[in-house]
Amino acid sequence: MSIQRRRFLTAIGAGALATTAGCARTQGIVGGSEDEGTGEDEGAGVAGEELTLTTTTSTYDTGLLGEIHGDFEEMYDVTVDAVAQGTGAALESARNGDADVVMVHARGLEDEFMRNGYGINRRDLMFNDFVVVGPESDPAGIEGMDSATEAFQTIADAEATFVSRGDESGTHTKELDIWEAAETEPGGDWYQETGTGMGEALNNATQQDAYTLSDRGTFISQRSDLDLTILVQGPIEDGPEMLSNPYGIMAVNPGVHEDANYDLAMAYIGWITSPGAQDAISDYEMNGEQLFFPEAVSEDPDFQQYVPKGWSSDSSDE
Amino acid sequence: MHPELSHLLAGLVDLPFRDGYVSSIVYVSLYVSLVAVTLSTLFSVPVALVMGFADFPGKQFVKSVINTGMGFPSVVVGLLVLFAVSNQGPLGPLDLVFTREAMIMSQFVLATPPITAITLASVTGVTENVRDAARALGGTRLDVALVVVKEARYGIATAILAGFGRAISEVGSVLIVGGNITSADGISKTRTLTTAIQLEARQGQYDTAMLLGALLVVLVLTVNAVVVRLGDRGVQP
Repeated sequence: MSIQRRRFLTAIGAGALATTAGCARTQGIVGGSEDEGTGEDEGAGVAGEELTLTTTTSTYDTGLLGEIHGDFEEMYDVTVDAVAQGTGAALESARNGDADVVMVHARGLEDEFMRNGYGINRRDLMFNDFVVVGPESDPAGIEGMDSATEAFQTIADAEATFVSRGDESGTHTKELDIWEAAETEPGGDWYQETGTGMGEALNNATQQDAYTLSDRGTFISQRSDLDLTILVQGPIEDGPEMLSNPYGIMAVNPGVHEDANYDLAMAYIGWITSPGAQDAISDYEMNGEQLFFPEAVSEDPDFQQYVPKGWSSDSSDE
Repeated sequence: MHPELSHLLAGLVDLPFRDGYVSSIVYVSLYVSLVAVTLSTLFSVPVALVMGFADFPGKQFVKSVINTGMGFPSVVVGLLVLFAVSNQGPLGPLDLVFTREAMIMSQFVLATPPITAITLASVTGVTENVRDAARALGGTRLDVALVVVKEARYGIATAILAGFGRAISEVGSVLIVGGNITSADGISKTRTLTTAIQLEARQGQYDTAMLLGALLVVLVLTVNAVVVRLGDRGVQP
Protein backbone atom coordinates (compact mmCIF):
# COMPACT_ATOMS: atom_id res chain seq x y z
CA MET A 1 0.00 0.00 0.00
CA SER A 2 2.58 2.56 1.08
CA ILE A 3 4.87 1.38 -1.67
CA GLN A 4 2.20 2.07 -4.27
CA ARG A 5 1.50 5.41 -2.71
CA ARG A 6 5.12 6.37 -2.91
CA ARG A 7 5.28 5.26 -6.51
CA PHE A 8 2.26 7.37 -7.29
CA LEU A 9 3.80 10.34 -5.50
CA THR A 10 7.04 9.89 -7.36
CA ALA A 11 5.18 9.58 -10.63
CA ILE A 12 3.19 12.78 -10.25
CA GLY A 13 6.09 14.57 -8.67
CA ALA A 14 8.84 13.62 -11.06
CA GLY A 15 7.81 15.84 -13.95
CA ALA A 16 7.05 18.79 -11.74
CA LEU A 17 10.26 18.48 -9.80
CA ALA A 18 12.26 18.37 -12.97
CA THR A 19 10.83 21.68 -14.06
CA THR A 20 11.09 23.38 -10.72
CA ALA A 21 14.46 22.07 -9.65
CA GLY A 22 16.54 24.83 -8.23
CA CYS A 23 13.83 26.84 -6.57
CA ALA A 24 13.90 24.91 -3.34
CA ARG A 25 12.98 26.69 -0.17
CA THR A 26 15.44 29.15 1.24
CA GLN A 27 16.72 27.43 4.29
CA GLY A 28 19.16 29.05 6.60
CA ILE A 29 18.16 32.62 5.92
CA VAL A 30 17.34 34.60 8.99
CA GLY A 31 13.69 35.54 9.08
CA GLY A 32 13.08 33.07 6.31
CA SER A 33 9.81 31.88 7.79
CA GLU A 34 6.69 33.50 6.44
CA ASP A 35 5.41 34.65 9.81
CA GLU A 36 8.40 36.59 10.99
CA GLY A 37 9.97 38.48 8.16
CA THR A 38 12.29 40.30 10.51
CA GLY A 39 14.65 40.97 7.67
CA GLU A 40 17.61 40.95 10.05
CA ASP A 41 20.80 40.02 8.38
CA GLU A 42 23.11 38.76 11.05
CA GLY A 43 23.52 35.16 9.97
CA ALA A 44 22.22 34.03 13.33
CA GLY A 45 22.05 30.41 12.20
CA VAL A 46 18.59 29.02 12.73
CA ALA A 47 16.73 31.93 14.36
CA GLY A 48 13.19 32.39 13.08
CA GLU A 49 13.04 29.02 11.36
CA GLU A 50 10.47 26.30 11.76
CA LEU A 51 11.21 22.70 12.60
CA THR A 52 8.65 20.12 11.56
CA LEU A 53 8.56 17.19 13.97
CA THR A 54 6.30 14.26 13.19
CA THR A 55 5.60 12.13 16.21
CA THR A 56 3.25 9.69 17.86
CA THR A 57 -0.06 10.42 19.49
CA SER A 58 1.32 9.15 22.81
CA THR A 59 4.05 11.78 23.15
CA TYR A 60 1.65 14.48 22.07
CA ASP A 61 -1.57 13.63 23.84
CA THR A 62 0.15 13.20 27.19
CA GLY A 63 1.10 16.89 26.93
CA LEU A 64 4.82 16.16 27.23
CA LEU A 65 5.91 17.98 24.09
CA GLY A 66 3.84 21.07 24.82
CA GLU A 67 5.47 21.16 28.23
CA ILE A 68 9.10 20.92 27.17
CA HIS A 69 9.25 22.54 23.73
CA GLY A 70 9.07 26.08 25.09
CA ASP A 71 12.67 25.81 26.32
CA PHE A 72 13.98 24.82 22.93
CA GLU A 73 11.95 27.46 21.10
CA GLU A 74 13.30 30.16 23.40
CA MET A 75 16.86 28.94 23.31
CA TYR A 76 17.10 29.00 19.52
CA ASP A 77 14.34 31.50 18.72
CA VAL A 78 12.57 28.99 16.48
CA THR A 79 9.19 27.30 16.37
CA VAL A 80 8.60 23.57 16.54
CA ASP A 81 5.64 22.34 14.51
CA ALA A 82 4.76 19.06 16.16
CA VAL A 83 2.41 16.92 14.10
CA ALA A 84 0.94 13.97 16.01
CA GLN A 85 0.27 11.16 13.57
CA GLY A 86 1.23 7.81 15.01
CA THR A 87 4.49 6.03 14.26
CA GLY A 88 3.65 4.67 10.80
CA ALA A 89 2.31 7.95 9.46
CA ALA A 90 5.08 9.97 11.13
CA LEU A 91 7.73 7.92 9.32
CA GLU A 92 5.78 8.10 6.07
CA SER A 93 5.65 11.91 6.25
CA ALA A 94 9.40 11.93 6.83
CA ARG A 95 9.96 9.55 3.90
CA ASN A 96 8.05 11.97 1.71
CA GLY A 97 10.26 14.81 2.90
CA ASP A 98 7.52 16.58 4.82
CA ALA A 99 9.31 16.43 8.18
CA ASP A 100 12.75 17.39 9.48
CA VAL A 101 12.88 15.11 12.50
CA VAL A 102 10.84 12.13 13.75
CA MET A 103 10.13 10.89 17.27
CA VAL A 104 8.62 7.41 17.25
CA HIS A 105 8.47 4.14 19.15
CA ALA A 106 8.83 1.06 16.98
CA ARG A 107 12.44 -0.01 16.70
CA GLY A 108 11.78 -2.38 13.81
CA LEU A 109 10.23 0.40 11.71
CA GLU A 110 12.95 2.84 12.79
CA ASP A 111 15.63 0.39 11.65
CA GLU A 112 13.95 -0.03 8.29
CA PHE A 113 13.72 3.76 7.99
CA MET A 114 17.47 4.04 8.63
CA ARG A 115 18.44 1.14 6.38
CA ASN A 116 16.53 2.75 3.52
CA GLY A 117 18.60 5.89 4.01
CA TYR A 118 15.82 8.21 5.14
CA GLY A 119 16.88 8.63 8.76
CA ILE A 120 20.25 9.31 10.32
CA ASN A 121 21.74 10.08 13.72
CA ARG A 122 19.23 8.08 15.68
CA ARG A 123 19.32 8.46 19.45
CA ASP A 124 17.58 6.57 22.21
CA LEU A 125 15.40 9.20 23.81
CA MET A 126 13.26 7.82 26.59
CA PHE A 127 11.06 4.89 27.46
CA ASN A 128 7.90 3.95 29.18
CA ASP A 129 6.08 0.67 28.84
CA PHE A 130 2.93 -0.93 27.56
CA VAL A 131 0.21 -2.30 29.79
CA VAL A 132 -2.73 -4.55 29.04
CA VAL A 133 -5.82 -2.82 30.36
CA GLY A 134 -9.39 -4.02 30.65
CA PRO A 135 -12.56 -3.78 32.72
CA GLU A 136 -12.47 -4.43 36.48
CA SER A 137 -14.63 -7.49 35.96
CA ASP A 138 -11.86 -9.06 33.84
CA PRO A 139 -14.11 -11.56 32.00
CA ALA A 140 -11.17 -13.45 30.49
CA GLY A 141 -9.34 -13.65 33.82
CA ILE A 142 -5.91 -12.28 32.85
CA GLU A 143 -5.21 -10.19 35.92
CA GLY A 144 -1.70 -10.51 37.28
CA MET A 145 -0.36 -12.64 34.44
CA ASP A 146 3.33 -12.04 33.92
CA SER A 147 3.31 -12.85 30.23
CA ALA A 148 1.76 -10.66 27.58
CA THR A 149 1.46 -13.54 25.12
CA GLU A 150 -0.35 -15.72 27.65
CA ALA A 151 -2.74 -12.86 28.40
CA PHE A 152 -3.46 -12.33 24.71
CA GLN A 153 -4.01 -16.06 24.14
CA THR A 154 -6.42 -16.14 27.07
CA ILE A 155 -8.36 -13.16 25.70
CA ALA A 156 -8.56 -14.82 22.29
CA ASP A 157 -9.70 -18.14 23.75
CA ALA A 158 -12.39 -16.40 25.79
CA GLU A 159 -13.30 -14.31 22.73
CA ALA A 160 -13.49 -11.32 25.07
CA THR A 161 -13.82 -7.99 23.23
CA PHE A 162 -10.40 -6.54 22.37
CA VAL A 163 -9.89 -3.08 20.91
CA SER A 164 -7.00 -2.76 18.50
CA ARG A 165 -5.59 0.57 17.31
CA GLY A 166 -5.31 -0.79 13.79
CA ASP A 167 -3.44 2.30 12.59
CA GLU A 168 0.17 1.17 12.11
CA SER A 169 1.18 3.13 15.19
CA GLY A 170 3.96 1.99 17.50
CA THR A 171 1.40 0.56 19.89
CA HIS A 172 -0.39 -1.28 17.10
CA THR A 173 2.93 -2.65 15.84
CA LYS A 174 3.70 -3.92 19.35
CA GLU A 175 0.26 -5.48 19.63
CA LEU A 176 0.76 -7.38 16.38
CA ASP A 177 4.17 -8.56 17.60
CA ILE A 178 2.52 -9.97 20.72
CA TRP A 179 -0.18 -11.79 18.72
CA GLU A 180 2.54 -13.24 16.55
CA ALA A 181 4.56 -14.37 19.56
CA ALA A 182 1.37 -15.84 20.99
CA GLU A 183 0.93 -17.74 17.71
CA THR A 184 -2.64 -16.49 17.64
CA GLU A 185 -4.39 -14.98 14.67
CA PRO A 186 -6.82 -12.42 16.11
CA GLY A 187 -10.12 -12.14 14.29
CA GLY A 188 -13.82 -12.44 14.69
CA ASP A 189 -16.43 -10.20 16.25
CA TRP A 190 -14.51 -9.82 19.49
CA TYR A 191 -11.50 -8.20 17.79
CA GLN A 192 -12.24 -4.60 16.83
CA GLU A 193 -9.85 -2.33 14.96
CA THR A 194 -10.68 1.30 15.63
CA GLY A 195 -8.09 3.03 13.46
CA THR A 196 -7.81 5.83 16.01
CA GLY A 197 -5.32 7.36 18.41
CA MET A 198 -4.57 5.82 21.79
CA GLY A 199 -6.94 8.06 23.71
CA GLU A 200 -9.90 7.20 21.49
CA ALA A 201 -9.07 3.51 21.64
CA LEU A 202 -9.09 3.70 25.45
CA ASN A 203 -12.44 5.50 25.41
CA ASN A 204 -13.73 2.89 23.04
CA ALA A 205 -12.56 0.08 25.34
CA THR A 206 -14.28 1.80 28.27
CA GLN A 207 -17.55 2.04 26.36
CA GLN A 208 -17.46 -1.64 25.44
CA ASP A 209 -15.87 -3.12 28.57
CA ALA A 210 -13.10 -4.35 26.35
CA TYR A 211 -9.40 -5.12 26.69
CA THR A 212 -6.73 -3.14 24.90
CA LEU A 213 -2.98 -2.59 24.82
CA SER A 214 -1.98 0.93 25.83
CA ASP A 215 1.18 2.82 26.51
CA ARG A 216 1.31 3.59 30.22
CA GLY A 217 1.65 7.34 29.64
CA THR A 218 -1.61 7.82 27.77
CA PHE A 219 -3.42 5.48 30.14
CA ILE A 220 -2.26 7.45 33.20
CA SER A 221 -3.08 10.79 31.63
CA GLN A 222 -6.67 9.69 30.93
CA ARG A 223 -7.26 7.31 33.77
CA SER A 224 -9.78 9.53 35.55
CA ASP A 225 -12.16 9.31 32.58
CA LEU A 226 -11.83 5.57 32.10
CA ASP A 227 -13.43 2.53 33.69
CA LEU A 228 -10.38 0.44 32.96
CA THR A 229 -7.66 -0.98 35.10
CA ILE A 230 -4.17 -2.32 34.44
CA LEU A 231 -4.36 -6.11 34.35
CA VAL A 232 -0.91 -6.97 33.00
CA GLN A 233 1.98 -4.72 33.99
CA GLY A 234 4.92 -3.71 31.84
CA PRO A 235 8.61 -3.78 32.81
CA ILE A 236 8.41 -0.51 34.78
CA GLU A 237 6.32 -2.41 37.33
CA ASP A 238 8.35 -5.63 36.90
CA GLY A 239 6.24 -6.95 34.05
CA PRO A 240 7.59 -8.84 31.03
CA GLU A 241 10.32 -7.24 28.91
CA MET A 242 8.09 -7.84 25.89
CA LEU A 243 6.06 -4.81 26.97
CA SER A 244 8.94 -2.33 27.01
CA ASN A 245 8.33 0.81 24.98
CA PRO A 246 11.46 2.73 23.96
CA TYR A 247 11.21 5.98 22.01
CA GLY A 248 13.81 7.02 19.47
CA ILE A 249 14.51 10.22 17.60
CA MET A 250 16.05 10.57 14.14
CA ALA A 251 16.95 13.36 11.77
CA VAL A 252 15.74 13.16 8.18
CA ASN A 253 18.71 12.53 5.90
CA PRO A 254 19.50 15.75 4.00
CA GLY A 255 21.24 13.61 1.39
CA VAL A 256 17.83 12.22 0.43
CA HIS A 257 15.73 15.31 1.07
CA GLU A 258 17.95 18.28 0.46
CA ASP A 259 15.47 20.78 1.85
CA ALA A 260 15.09 19.01 5.17
CA ASN A 261 16.09 21.47 7.86
CA TYR A 262 19.01 19.36 9.01
CA ASP A 263 20.82 21.98 11.11
CA LEU A 264 17.75 22.64 13.19
CA ALA A 265 16.88 18.93 13.39
CA MET A 266 20.32 18.22 14.85
CA ALA A 267 20.02 21.17 17.21
CA TYR A 268 16.74 19.68 18.38
CA ILE A 269 18.17 16.19 18.82
CA GLY A 270 21.13 17.69 20.67
CA TRP A 271 18.81 19.61 22.94
CA ILE A 272 16.32 16.86 23.69
CA THR A 273 19.06 14.34 24.50
CA SER A 274 20.88 16.84 26.72
CA PRO A 275 20.84 16.48 30.52
CA GLY A 276 18.59 19.53 30.93
CA ALA A 277 15.83 18.35 28.61
CA GLN A 278 16.16 14.78 29.86
CA ASP A 279 15.55 16.08 33.38
CA ALA A 280 12.50 17.94 32.12
CA ILE A 281 11.18 14.68 30.64
CA SER A 282 11.86 12.94 33.92
CA ASP A 283 10.07 15.68 35.89
CA TYR A 284 6.96 15.60 33.73
CA GLU A 285 4.21 14.10 35.82
CA MET A 286 0.53 13.57 35.43
CA ASN A 287 -1.78 12.64 38.28
CA GLY A 288 1.35 12.38 40.40
CA GLU A 289 2.96 9.75 38.19
CA GLN A 290 6.01 10.00 35.98
CA LEU A 291 5.07 9.19 32.39
CA PHE A 292 8.41 8.93 30.59
CA PHE A 293 11.84 7.80 31.71
CA PRO A 294 14.85 9.46 30.08
CA GLU A 295 17.29 7.21 28.30
CA ALA A 296 19.66 9.45 26.37
CA VAL A 297 22.17 10.39 29.05
CA SER A 298 24.30 7.53 30.23
CA GLU A 299 27.83 7.01 31.52
CA ASP A 300 27.94 3.94 29.42
CA PRO A 301 26.30 4.81 26.08
CA ASP A 302 24.83 2.06 23.98
CA PHE A 303 26.29 2.60 20.52
CA GLN A 304 23.66 0.35 19.04
CA GLN A 305 21.30 3.32 19.30
CA TYR A 306 22.90 5.03 16.28
CA VAL A 307 22.51 2.20 13.79
CA PRO A 308 19.93 -0.41 12.84
CA LYS A 309 19.94 -3.54 14.98
CA GLY A 310 22.39 -6.15 13.74
CA TRP A 311 24.33 -3.64 11.65
CA SER A 312 28.06 -4.01 11.60
CA SER A 313 30.72 -2.07 9.78
CA ASP A 314 31.59 -4.96 7.49
CA SER A 315 28.03 -5.79 6.49
CA SER A 316 27.56 -4.70 2.92
CA ASP A 317 24.49 -2.55 3.47
CA GLU A 318 24.02 -0.29 0.54
CA MET B 1 -10.11 39.83 9.91
CA HIS B 2 -10.94 41.17 13.34
CA PRO B 3 -8.93 39.62 16.14
CA GLU B 4 -11.29 41.52 18.46
CA LEU B 5 -14.14 39.44 17.12
CA SER B 6 -12.40 36.22 17.93
CA HIS B 7 -11.47 37.48 21.38
CA LEU B 8 -15.08 38.41 21.92
CA LEU B 9 -16.23 34.97 20.86
CA ALA B 10 -13.56 33.22 22.91
CA GLY B 11 -14.67 35.32 25.87
CA LEU B 12 -18.21 33.98 25.56
CA VAL B 13 -17.21 30.67 27.07
CA ASP B 14 -14.75 30.17 29.84
CA LEU B 15 -12.62 27.34 28.55
CA PRO B 16 -9.99 25.56 30.63
CA PHE B 17 -7.15 26.41 28.28
CA ARG B 18 -4.10 28.59 28.23
CA ASP B 19 -4.42 32.25 27.38
CA GLY B 20 -4.71 32.88 23.71
CA TYR B 21 -5.20 29.23 22.79
CA VAL B 22 -8.89 29.39 21.96
CA SER B 23 -8.80 32.81 20.32
CA SER B 24 -5.88 31.73 18.13
CA ILE B 25 -7.83 28.63 17.06
CA VAL B 26 -10.89 30.74 16.30
CA TYR B 27 -8.66 33.11 14.36
CA VAL B 28 -7.13 30.31 12.28
CA SER B 29 -10.57 28.79 11.62
CA LEU B 30 -12.00 32.09 10.43
CA TYR B 31 -8.90 33.13 8.54
CA VAL B 32 -8.61 29.90 6.58
CA SER B 33 -12.32 29.56 5.83
CA LEU B 34 -12.94 33.21 4.98
CA VAL B 35 -9.92 33.47 2.68
CA ALA B 36 -10.87 30.20 0.99
CA VAL B 37 -14.50 31.24 0.56
CA THR B 38 -13.56 34.71 -0.68
CA LEU B 39 -11.21 33.27 -3.31
CA SER B 40 -13.80 30.68 -4.17
CA THR B 41 -16.50 33.34 -4.59
CA LEU B 42 -14.26 35.44 -6.85
CA PHE B 43 -13.75 32.33 -8.96
CA SER B 44 -17.24 30.83 -8.80
CA VAL B 45 -19.49 33.82 -9.48
CA PRO B 46 -17.93 34.73 -12.85
CA VAL B 47 -17.97 31.06 -13.83
CA ALA B 48 -21.64 30.82 -12.90
CA LEU B 49 -22.43 34.03 -14.85
CA VAL B 50 -20.69 32.75 -17.97
CA MET B 51 -22.50 29.44 -17.68
CA GLY B 52 -25.80 31.17 -17.05
CA PHE B 53 -25.62 33.47 -20.07
CA ALA B 54 -23.53 31.75 -22.66
CA ASP B 55 -23.57 28.48 -24.49
CA PHE B 56 -20.25 26.94 -25.16
CA PRO B 57 -19.00 23.50 -26.03
CA GLY B 58 -18.38 21.39 -22.96
CA LYS B 59 -20.91 23.26 -20.83
CA GLN B 60 -22.67 20.05 -19.86
CA PHE B 61 -19.32 18.58 -18.89
CA VAL B 62 -18.54 21.56 -16.64
CA LYS B 63 -21.99 21.18 -15.07
CA SER B 64 -21.41 17.53 -14.32
CA VAL B 65 -17.97 18.33 -12.85
CA ILE B 66 -19.63 20.85 -10.52
CA ASN B 67 -22.33 18.38 -9.53
CA THR B 68 -19.75 15.69 -8.87
CA GLY B 69 -17.75 18.19 -6.84
CA MET B 70 -20.78 18.87 -4.63
CA GLY B 71 -20.66 15.32 -3.38
CA PHE B 72 -16.94 14.80 -3.52
CA PRO B 73 -15.62 13.37 -0.24
CA SER B 74 -13.65 16.02 1.58
CA VAL B 75 -11.08 13.57 2.90
CA VAL B 76 -10.19 12.65 -0.68
CA VAL B 77 -9.79 16.35 -1.47
CA GLY B 78 -7.42 16.54 1.50
CA LEU B 79 -5.41 13.60 0.19
CA LEU B 80 -5.17 15.08 -3.31
CA VAL B 81 -4.04 18.43 -1.91
CA LEU B 82 -1.50 16.59 0.27
CA PHE B 83 -0.13 14.78 -2.81
CA ALA B 84 0.09 18.11 -4.60
CA VAL B 85 1.89 20.04 -1.83
CA SER B 86 3.93 17.18 -0.36
CA ASN B 87 7.68 17.46 -0.80
CA GLN B 88 7.49 14.85 -3.59
CA GLY B 89 4.45 16.39 -5.24
CA PRO B 90 4.23 18.93 -8.07
CA LEU B 91 4.09 21.86 -5.62
CA GLY B 92 6.66 20.34 -3.28
CA PRO B 93 9.27 23.08 -3.69
CA LEU B 94 6.82 25.65 -2.34
CA ASP B 95 6.99 23.87 1.02
CA LEU B 96 3.29 24.21 1.74
CA VAL B 97 2.66 21.00 3.64
CA PHE B 98 1.34 21.59 7.20
CA THR B 99 0.59 25.27 6.48
CA ARG B 100 -2.53 27.43 6.43
CA GLU B 101 -2.05 27.94 2.69
CA ALA B 102 -2.50 24.21 2.10
CA MET B 103 -5.66 24.28 4.22
CA ILE B 104 -6.96 27.21 2.17
CA MET B 105 -6.29 25.21 -0.99
CA SER B 106 -8.32 22.23 0.16
CA GLN B 107 -11.16 24.39 1.47
CA PHE B 108 -11.20 26.31 -1.81
CA VAL B 109 -11.69 23.03 -3.66
CA LEU B 110 -14.45 22.05 -1.23
CA ALA B 111 -16.31 25.37 -1.28
CA THR B 112 -16.21 26.03 -5.04
CA PRO B 113 -18.77 23.43 -6.28
CA PRO B 114 -21.62 24.45 -3.96
CA ILE B 115 -20.98 28.18 -4.48
CA THR B 116 -20.90 27.76 -8.26
CA ALA B 117 -23.97 25.52 -8.40
CA ILE B 118 -26.18 27.66 -6.15
CA THR B 119 -25.05 30.90 -7.83
CA LEU B 120 -25.81 29.35 -11.21
CA ALA B 121 -29.28 28.36 -10.07
CA SER B 122 -30.08 31.83 -8.78
CA VAL B 123 -28.58 33.60 -11.81
CA THR B 124 -30.64 31.51 -14.19
CA GLY B 125 -33.63 32.33 -12.01
CA VAL B 126 -33.36 36.04 -12.80
CA THR B 127 -36.14 36.65 -15.29
CA GLU B 128 -35.55 37.32 -18.95
CA ASN B 129 -37.43 40.61 -18.53
CA VAL B 130 -34.79 41.99 -16.21
CA ARG B 131 -32.02 41.04 -18.58
CA ASP B 132 -33.83 42.43 -21.60
CA ALA B 133 -34.61 45.65 -19.79
CA ALA B 134 -30.97 46.09 -18.87
CA ARG B 135 -29.92 45.50 -22.46
CA ALA B 136 -32.64 47.79 -23.82
CA LEU B 137 -31.30 50.57 -21.63
CA GLY B 138 -28.08 50.26 -23.55
CA GLY B 139 -26.20 48.31 -20.95
CA THR B 140 -22.96 46.64 -21.85
CA ARG B 141 -22.44 43.01 -21.02
CA LEU B 142 -20.82 44.01 -17.76
CA ASP B 143 -23.79 46.23 -16.84
CA VAL B 144 -26.18 43.39 -17.52
CA ALA B 145 -24.07 41.04 -15.44
CA LEU B 146 -24.03 43.51 -12.55
CA VAL B 147 -27.79 43.93 -12.69
CA VAL B 148 -28.25 40.18 -12.68
CA VAL B 149 -25.86 39.78 -9.74
CA LYS B 150 -27.77 42.45 -7.88
CA GLU B 151 -31.09 40.74 -8.59
CA ALA B 152 -29.68 37.38 -7.58
CA ARG B 153 -27.88 38.61 -4.47
CA TYR B 154 -29.96 36.56 -2.04
CA GLY B 155 -29.18 33.43 -3.98
CA ILE B 156 -25.51 34.37 -4.10
CA ALA B 157 -25.46 35.06 -0.36
CA THR B 158 -26.98 31.63 0.18
CA ALA B 159 -24.32 30.15 -2.07
CA ILE B 160 -21.51 31.83 -0.12
CA LEU B 161 -23.00 30.61 3.15
CA ALA B 162 -23.24 27.07 1.84
CA GLY B 163 -19.58 27.24 0.79
CA PHE B 164 -18.56 28.74 4.12
CA GLY B 165 -20.53 26.10 5.96
CA ARG B 166 -18.78 23.34 4.11
CA ALA B 167 -15.37 24.94 4.62
CA ILE B 168 -15.51 25.76 8.32
CA SER B 169 -17.13 22.53 9.45
CA GLU B 170 -14.63 20.35 7.63
CA VAL B 171 -12.32 18.10 9.67
CA GLY B 172 -10.69 15.37 7.63
CA SER B 173 -8.97 17.35 4.92
CA VAL B 174 -7.60 20.17 7.08
CA LEU B 175 -6.28 17.59 9.51
CA ILE B 176 -4.39 15.83 6.72
CA VAL B 177 -2.93 18.90 5.02
CA GLY B 178 -2.63 21.18 8.06
CA GLY B 179 -1.38 18.76 10.70
CA ASN B 180 -3.30 20.34 13.63
CA ILE B 181 -0.24 22.29 14.83
CA THR B 182 0.12 24.67 17.74
CA SER B 183 3.42 26.10 18.90
CA ALA B 184 4.70 25.39 22.39
CA ASP B 185 3.13 28.56 23.80
CA GLY B 186 -0.27 27.18 22.79
CA ILE B 187 -0.84 29.52 19.87
CA SER B 188 -2.42 27.79 16.89
CA LYS B 189 -0.62 27.59 13.60
CA THR B 190 -2.88 25.17 11.74
CA ARG B 191 -5.31 24.08 14.44
CA THR B 192 -8.92 24.95 13.71
CA LEU B 193 -11.99 24.52 15.88
CA THR B 194 -12.88 21.27 14.15
CA THR B 195 -9.44 19.70 14.51
CA ALA B 196 -9.23 20.96 18.11
CA ILE B 197 -12.55 19.22 18.81
CA GLN B 198 -11.20 16.06 17.22
CA LEU B 199 -8.09 16.27 19.43
CA GLU B 200 -10.11 16.81 22.62
CA ALA B 201 -12.34 13.87 21.73
CA ARG B 202 -9.26 11.73 21.04
CA GLN B 203 -8.01 12.56 24.51
CA GLY B 204 -11.39 11.73 26.04
CA GLN B 205 -12.02 15.37 27.04
CA TYR B 206 -15.64 15.35 25.95
CA ASP B 207 -16.62 18.37 28.05
CA THR B 208 -14.12 20.70 26.45
CA ALA B 209 -14.90 19.15 23.06
CA MET B 210 -18.54 20.07 23.57
CA LEU B 211 -17.63 23.62 24.60
CA LEU B 212 -15.49 24.07 21.51
CA GLY B 213 -18.36 22.60 19.47
CA ALA B 214 -20.75 25.15 20.92
CA LEU B 215 -18.25 27.88 20.07
CA LEU B 216 -18.07 26.63 16.48
CA VAL B 217 -21.86 26.72 16.19
CA VAL B 218 -21.94 30.28 17.59
CA LEU B 219 -19.27 31.26 15.09
CA VAL B 220 -21.15 29.85 12.11
CA LEU B 221 -24.41 31.46 13.21
CA THR B 222 -22.64 34.81 13.66
CA VAL B 223 -21.12 34.67 10.19
CA ASN B 224 -24.50 33.69 8.75
CA ALA B 225 -26.17 36.63 10.47
CA VAL B 226 -23.52 39.03 9.13
CA VAL B 227 -23.87 37.73 5.58
CA VAL B 228 -27.66 37.91 5.72
CA ARG B 229 -27.41 41.50 6.96
CA LEU B 230 -25.10 42.34 4.07
CA GLY B 231 -27.56 40.72 1.70
CA ASP B 232 -30.35 42.88 3.09
CA ARG B 233 -28.41 46.07 2.73
CA GLY B 234 -28.88 47.77 -0.60
CA VAL B 235 -32.41 46.51 -1.06
CA GLN B 236 -34.14 48.99 -3.28
CA PRO B 237 -37.88 49.13 -3.80
